[in-house]
Order: sequence, then structure tokens, then C-alpha cells
Amino acid sequence: MSEKLAPRTPPAPTPDPSTRAFWEAAREGRLLIGRNTKTGKVHYPPRPVCPFDDEGEVEFVAASGRGTIYSYSHMHAKTPYVIAYVELAEGPRMMTNIVDCDPAALRVGLPVRLVFVPSEDPAQPIPMFTPAEEKSDHAHA
Amino acid sequence: MSIRGKACIVGAYEHPARKAENKSTAQLHAEVALGALRDAGLSRADVDGYFCAGDAPGMGPLSMVDYIGLDRLRHVDSTDVGGSSYLLHVAHAAEAIALGKCNVALITLAGRPRSEGMATGTAPRAGNPAQPDVQFEYPYGAAVANMYALCARRHMHEFGTTSEQLAWIKVAASHHAQHNEHAMLRKLVTVEEVVNSPMVADPLHRLDCCVISDGGGALVVTRPEIARTLKRPVVSVRGAGEAVKHQMGGQLDLTYTGARFSGARAFEEAGVTPADIKYASIYDSFTITVLLQLEDLGFCEKGQGGRFVADGNLISGTGKLPFNTDGGGLCNNHPANRGGITKVIEAVRQLRGEAHPAVQVPNCDLALAHGTGGSLGTRHGSATLVLERE
Repeated sequence: MSEKLAPRTPPAPTPDPSTRAFWEAAREGRLLIGRNTKTGKVHYPPRPVCPFDDEGEVEFVAASGRGTIYSYSHMHAKTPYVIAYVELAEGPRMMTNIVDCDPAALRVGLPVRLVFVPSEDPAQPIPMFTPAEEKSDHAHA
Repeated sequence: MSIRGKACIVGAYEHPARKAENKSTAQLHAEVALGALRDAGLSRADVDGYFCAGDAPGMGPLSMVDYIGLDRLRHVDSTDVGGSSYLLHVAHAAEAIALGKCNVALITLAGRPRSEGMATGTAPRAGNPAQPDVQFEYPYGAAVANMYALCARRHMHEFGTTSEQLAWIKVAASHHAQHNEHAMLRKLVTVEEVVNSPMVADPLHRLDCCVISDGGGALVVTRPEIARTLKRPVVSVRGAGEAVKHQMGGQLDLTYTGARFSGARAFEEAGVTPADIKYASIYDSFTITVLLQLEDLGFCEKGQGGRFVADGNLISGTGKLPFNTDGGGLCNNHPANRGGITKVIEAVRQLRGEAHPAVQVPNCDLALAHGTGGSLGTRHGSATLVLERE
């Protein structure tokens, strides 16, 4: 049967004044992305100055937490982990880890959902993803 | 204004050390500087332009200028775009020479990651927290090898590229390295050996990775009037291009590299096409690096890189596009974790007819050198040179 990866405790991030809201939202279980109030374009990682348009302000908005795997790699480190880019339902592709999974069962395009994993700073969780529960056809896969 | 024909590479030197436990990084910079000047038939007193990047210890060029003892400088440039810096430096030196800002430009690279025991590809690096991307990447264990693995996986998904096709790139490099007495890996390897080597960052195996080595290299660039007074064959800079590619606010696309832009710019300036190139030095931090850049430089169509590199097509003497005939970063060396300067040095050897006879390309009068610096998985610099023997 499937062999799930053992949990890995990621290093804590070092927030800066422009990203404090992002990491505080993570403590509340929300993943923020940047959205231009004028053009509506969204970006990630979120930053106060829109990387696309000269006009408009940036607001940080919560992503749905749904996405699919754009690419992934099973890192054969002392504590193995899966690093990936996940394409968020909102569009941006985000570097992340795929956790609580069997690396051999992953594939590009696999639906994933947002989870939060405690870091070396137990008060600071990190947004990651795990395979989304598939419907009844799972048993026949 | 174009730099075409405005500058020539007259000195090229590769440090023979692959492990330099008893030398300092600054010392290696000084040794390669003198080596390249000796190769050109020039001396320190002739140098009025100096170029270095982040591997040079100290603030920008300051400590190296002091340590090497360069007293007549009127132009310096320490642009750092990782391993591609030194190709970009050749272009910037040509620009400075064309504008009369200097006459003899010296470019150095050196480092000793092997002696320092650096886990170059596999250890995530915390970096400077002021670098805005660090907090969004370091916690996830982003390391050099797994970033390139993400590129490989996506390429496999979109175009059906296989591990065996990637392995052919290492096989070709090993065919060349067997003739290089300084190469770290001189043993011929097979496709099977590459795909059966331990997995580092799936789908990249240990033998998909470049070596970790100490050492360095240097180049001397000057104006054609001076080059023609020297005793070395004249290698002219015919075209150059540079680019930076990044995550684009999340609109990231791992299937292509900045070579798409830097290559097109270099070919346009040179007035030639990929079909005209007799020899290519292609940055080879990993096998996938080579494959992506070959496509983006136009040696084959996007997505066809796997087929292009298979069956020995990159091996000098048998393939259509001889590449990295010194063994490249995959087998020879990767000093300071930056393979840019050695790419130019081997292209210069080929154009001079001074490559090892077993790998020398006959009548090699037009060559390309291309470098990537940073990470194809996140953000990187690209620099392309088209070089010509006069």
C-alpha cells in the first residue's frame, strides 16, 4: 500500500513589515494573495507594489485553498520531503510542500487542498498542500 | 550601436586545481588573472578594466583590485547574475571597449566550495531575509537540485521527455571528459549508469548533477587593434545577449528559460543562426539545464530537446552539435558553483584550435557560449555570446 512521508518541521519564516499580514493570516488558517484593486489581477507571493500594473493599490485577499500540482520533486534528503509548485484556483503558481502524501502517488495536475503545518516556531504555521480527497472512483484507481 | 567586431578575447586561463585546500579564494583569483594575462602576452600594467562577480571576496571589485594589484583601472563592473555573470562580463567589457572606457579588460572567477565541504545542490540556504523571496521559499526546503527537478518534471509532463534522454547529456559530457586530464569525472558512463545512480531530487539522479569543485578561470578582452598585435589567434565577439527571467508574480512557466531572449538577441547582433554554430558551450549545472537551453537557443524546437540530445548527438566527432568538449560542469569542473567562465574558455580553445585533438571540432570558426545563473526553478540570469575566429 501507500507509504506516506514522515512529517518534517520546516524552518520558520522571517516576516518583514510588508509581509506581517500574510504570516498573521497563516496563524488564522488563511492563505493571502495580492490583488490589484483597479485591474483585479492577482499575484503571489503578495507584495504591496503590484508586479504587473503601475496603477491601482494592492489588497491582500484570501485564496480558496484549492489548487492542482504544476510540478513536484521528491527530495531524497535525510528527512525526505516533496517540494512543488501548486497552481492555485485563482491562477498564481506557488512554491510549497505537498505533505501527508505518498510521493509515488503524486502526479502533475493532481488536485490538492490547503493545510497549515507548524514550523520550528510553533506559533507560526506554514501554508502547504495535501492531495484532495478524490471521489468514489478512488478505490478503482 | 552594436558590439559586433568591437572586442576580442585574447587571454583565457582555467585553473588546473579541482581541490584547493591550501589556497585562498583571493589567491585563486590572482593566479587565474596572471594565467590569462600570460596567455594573452600582456601584463597587469596593461589592464585598465576589471570585472568580477559575487564569488570575489570583498565589496564588489574593491578587495580583488587591491589584492591582485591593479593600479591603472578606469572601468570596473561587478554585476552578479550568478554563473552567467562572466559571459555577461565579456559583453559588458565589449561595450566598455567600444565606448573607449577601457582597452584591456580582465575578468576573474574563483572559489573553493569543495574544500569548504559545501552541499551545493542539496542544502537549502537561508540567505538574506531582506531578499523578498526567501521567506516564501526557504521554509519549503528549496535547494538547487530540487528547483531544477521541478523544471525536469514539468518538461517530462508536457513533452514526454525521459530520464534516459536526459542521461544522454551526461554520457556525451563523459565522452569528452575522458580526454581531459584535469576533469573530476573521466570515466565513460552509460545511460543505464546515469538512470541507475541514486535519486537526489526526483526525477534528477546524482549523475544528472554537475560536480562540486574548487578552482577558477579568467579572460582578457581587448580591442581588435591591440588583439592583432598579440601572438594569439584572434577570437572576436560577434554578438551578445542577456536576460533575466523570474516567477512573474506567480505566472511562472518552467518550460523555458531566459535563453529564449538572450539567445535571440545574440544571434540577431551576430547576424547568424543556430545552424551556423560549429561548437556550443552550454551551461550544465544539471542535464535538464542543457536540454532547456538548447531548445530556447533554437538548436531544436521547444519540446524536442529530449530527441535532440539522444543517441550521442552532442558528442564531438559523431553528433551534430558538439558541446562542452572539456567535459563541462557535468564532468570537468564547476568552480565556485559557477560554470560561466569555463564555458567561454572552452569555446575560445575550440576557436583557436587548441581543444584536445580527440574533441577538437574541425574548422571551428563560429561558436556559441551560453550561461545561466541563479535558478531555472525561480529566477535566473541568462547570457549568450556568439564568438568568431578571425
